Amino acid sequence: MNEQVEQLSCRELVELVTDYLEGALSEDERLRFEDHIARCGACGIYLEQIRETIVLVGHLPEDGLSPEAERELLEAFRGWRAPPSGGRL
Amino acid sequence: MAQAAAEEKLVESLRAGDESAFRELVREYQPSLVRVARIYVSNQAAAEEVAQETWLGVLNGLDRFEGRSSLRTWIFRILTNIAKTRAVRDGRTLPFSALQDPGRVPEAAVDADRFLDPEHPRWPGHWALKPEPWPEDALLAAETRERLADAIEALPASQRAVISLRDIEGWSSEEVRNALELSETNQRVLLHRARSKVRAALEEYVKEAGT
Repeated sequence: MNEQVEQLSCRELVELVTDYLEGALSEDERLRFEDHIARCGACGIYLEQIRETIVLVGHLPEDGLSPEAERELLEAFRGWRAPPSGGRL
Repeated sequence: MAQAAAEEKLVESLRAGDESAFRELVREYQPSLVRVARIYVSNQAAAEEVAQETWLGVLNGLDRFEGRSSLRTWIFRILTNIAKTRAVRDGRTLPFSALQDPGRVPEAAVDADRFLDPEHPRWPGHWALKPEPWPEDALLAAETRERLADAIEALPASQRAVISLRDIEGWSSEEVRNALELSETNQRVLLHRARSKVRAALEEYVKEAGT
């Protein structure tokens, strides 16, 4: 590696992780990022932890809809499709 | 294109009064609607009201929906309008800046004291306290899931909405940007902060559990 290219510090790298995973780094930045990861075990672990975090969050259940709220909405839906005499808005 | 065709069919079913189609749509979007509403209003109950009101707005507008934007984008635009109106009425203005300019207040992904000084003669900005690999069984524990959910709940609403839509609901960054009216950069800043904090919470939990 060209010594004149300034290397990323670990502290800088952790701020680029999302840009890296989102494919938002320029080619140069991406190479610097990957070069650092290749040589720094701790940052490799950090990146892995972010990946694990994403997977774990992905397994969380979605919030449900309360039965009352659902009933209310279905009622509104029925009213909406009722004939005009039914007072549709 | 297949998605647009499926959407058109769905809209037709709704217009024809197909109740199961409506139920499915509500079940699919309600959690996201409430999360996004939480960005604008102060509490869960108000957010749920905004979501309810959104569905009524969807029904009222459905006959005029022309499919120029996706159904999802259209529904979220209705939500955002209702939520903003409500926020103004409730005298809340603060959360908007969190969406428009999240980078204004810097926030570190990892506590600064985990690193050596940027002026350190030999290892500037290197880890002082390195992250340790997580044992897999700790991550599989039921309590991990609770901690994760707590960590997400503790996030500022805009960060919580972005990480939920991206990582729980699996939306693309473009879909999130459209729904929240966010720039590409701001979407990424919010996602970055959210994921960083949730990782930090997990790290703390794993460390606790291991001792």
